[in-house]
Amino acid sequence: MTVNLTLLLVMGVLFAVGVYLILERSLTRVMLGLMLITNGANLLLLSTGGPAGLAPIFGVDVPADTYSDPLPQALILTSIVISFAVTAFMLAIIYRSWVLGRQDEVQDDIEDRRVANQPTFDAEDDAEIPAETTEFVPPDEAEETPATNRVRTEREK
Amino acid sequence: MNAAQIAPLAVVLPLLGAALAFVLIRHPNAQRRTGAITLTVTLALEVVMLASAWANGAQAVNIGGWIPPFGITMVVDELSALMLVVSSAVSLAVLLYASGQGMADSDEEGPVSIFHPTYLILVAGVSNAFLTGDLFNLYVGFEMLLTASYVLMTLGGTSPRIRAGVTYVVVSVISSMLFLVSIAMIYAATGTINMADLAIKLGELDPSTQMTLHLMLLVAFGIKAAVFPLSFWLPDSYPTAPAPVTAVFAGLLTKVGVYALIRTETLLFPGDRLNTFLMVVAVLTMLVGILGAVAQIDIKRMLSFTLVSHIGYMVFGLAMSSVVGLGAAVYYVAHHITVQTSLFLVAGLIERRGGTTNMDRLGGLAKLSPMLAILFFVPAMNLAGIPPFSGFLGKIGLVQGGVNLGTPIAWVLVAGSMITSLLTLLALARVWNRVFWRRPEDAEHPDPVLVATKPDGSAVRTTRHVEERPHGRFTGRGIVQLLPMQMVWPTVGLVVLGVALTVFAGPLFELSDQAAREMLQRTPYIEAVLGQGAVQGVAP
Repeated sequence: MTVNLTLLLVMGVLFAVGVYLILERSLTRVMLGLMLITNGANLLLLSTGGPAGLAPIFGVDVPADTYSDPLPQALILTSIVISFAVTAFMLAIIYRSWVLGRQDEVQDDIEDRRVANQPTFDAEDDAEIPAETTEFVPPDEAEETPATNRVRTEREK
Repeated sequence: MNAAQIAPLAVVLPLLGAALAFVLIRHPNAQRRTGAITLTVTLALEVVMLASAWANGAQAVNIGGWIPPFGITMVVDELSALMLVVSSAVSLAVLLYASGQGMADSDEEGPVSIFHPTYLILVAGVSNAFLTGDLFNLYVGFEMLLTASYVLMTLGGTSPRIRAGVTYVVVSVISSMLFLVSIAMIYAATGTINMADLAIKLGELDPSTQMTLHLMLLVAFGIKAAVFPLSFWLPDSYPTAPAPVTAVFAGLLTKVGVYALIRTETLLFPGDRLNTFLMVVAVLTMLVGILGAVAQIDIKRMLSFTLVSHIGYMVFGLAMSSVVGLGAAVYYVAHHITVQTSLFLVAGLIERRGGTTNMDRLGGLAKLSPMLAILFFVPAMNLAGIPPFSGFLGKIGLVQGGVNLGTPIAWVLVAGSMITSLLTLLALARVWNRVFWRRPEDAEHPDPVLVATKPDGSAVRTTRHVEERPHGRFTGRGIVQLLPMQMVWPTVGLVVLGVALTVFAGPLFELSDQAAREMLQRTPYIEAVLGQGAVQGVAP
């Protein structure tokens, strides 16, 4: 089977960037990472079909080996729909997390904290991870929305 | 009659029920009836399938009439039929319990109107995963049940549920991606995703390629089945969901992962390439899980850890690849689905009666509600493996398999499973002593309402001061509530089902041994899908 080098490189980059983003603490970045990994997997599925051929519509005088393999395309279609649903759900969760706590970070588990506060807790090893940035504007700066900025720049003009 | 002809109904009926329940979203009573009727009919059909599979062995149906291996195939064999019947019975009981809870209180903690449609989609996904004979369709089944479970997990959208939901969603999506990547690689290597066809073609591959594909599927399913060290997400995310949701997750979702493990290990990758590795993983799952359980003070968290721990038993049975071991594992899965779900339902009842599941605050429930005490005691002893319950029989089967095998690692596993069993007993006895046996005022942080409650259920009027519980809910009830009967009856039903697994252990073991024998032979499954004579050159 021949492998398309461009596809392979793109796939590698998608997976690498995806894994990097998933390890972030901000939920928006985690979601972006999941999207990239999903698309990497889709490309992998696409490349399993081999090199591109004719559209897989049966014709009597078309030899069988000139068609593209239709199965990987069907699989990708299904997988795109599924990842679309999951991404929409992730967005809803991120929004909810923002509404509830004004933050979009992965939060600590209360019970984990309880265990961590037991005597064997090593302060240096288990130090709390410092507060991370959020993709959203923090509440105190929230008044400076793009709209007000635009008004301001117009006024300055 | 080919019982597989009705197999697609086990997926289609719950989906139709979900659609109907969605239309009836403003009529809670009609929704409840839709759910209950759909699941009852599905259960009846599945019993027919089980009877037929038991009598005639594996049967297959090709959806849309495509010739295998090109279309999607559904296969009914002893294992999938047994899993279907047990899971449907359990999900019906949980649905009734949830309906009872919804009827008893309509606050935001209870299941909201989206619960019923989502729940039915979850059941459809579980059935699809059990029935399918196509690797990609298995992925679709997993995604159906996972997407439904994301919604159920974050039901109500409270802060702790969102926090737990994030972990759960991210971990599940990653495991699904691993599975998808493995499917792509398997397709690239063999040119087919039909499992019976794969059983033939994977064996022809280069051993190192086989190993790669095998390990990738193992990791993907290991995350779903919560096998150590891939189990960290489970105790973190399950306990925060509403009681019926946690119960059905604990009963079904991890078992779908175990089912997928059993299927791939026996059908796609026979032989003992990774058996030692699986055994090491199994003993670690058992011990690490149960040590976590012993340390917990919250009943739901403790139960989540025992859930992880007992997955180890199933992996142990699978890793032996002998009829005795695999048969015991199949029986153990059926036993564990029932018992673990009933324990989580009882934990929900404890939360209702005592106001919390924190063991430091509870006490005296045996006097307050003897019924609840019995409902906890029976499945608890069952889970711990006290004779004569089904947990004991399943464990005996596993230990027997291990002793028959006789290798050093098998002996380590036999010892490990004994220790785990004892520690399970310890963890559950701690719950019993603290929650049911002692006087409420002996609790570490006595609950004023429980202390003031007289045995007849009436309470001296005290107001439980409003405080935030660990999982972020508020207790503001003045008097301890009596248990609503609509919630008690489904729990009783499940406990009775657990006992029935003990009473009918003889025929059930016969069934699971037959399932194990056919799975290890592999030919019945392959011939059911591809027809007679397809098995030339398949190593037994």
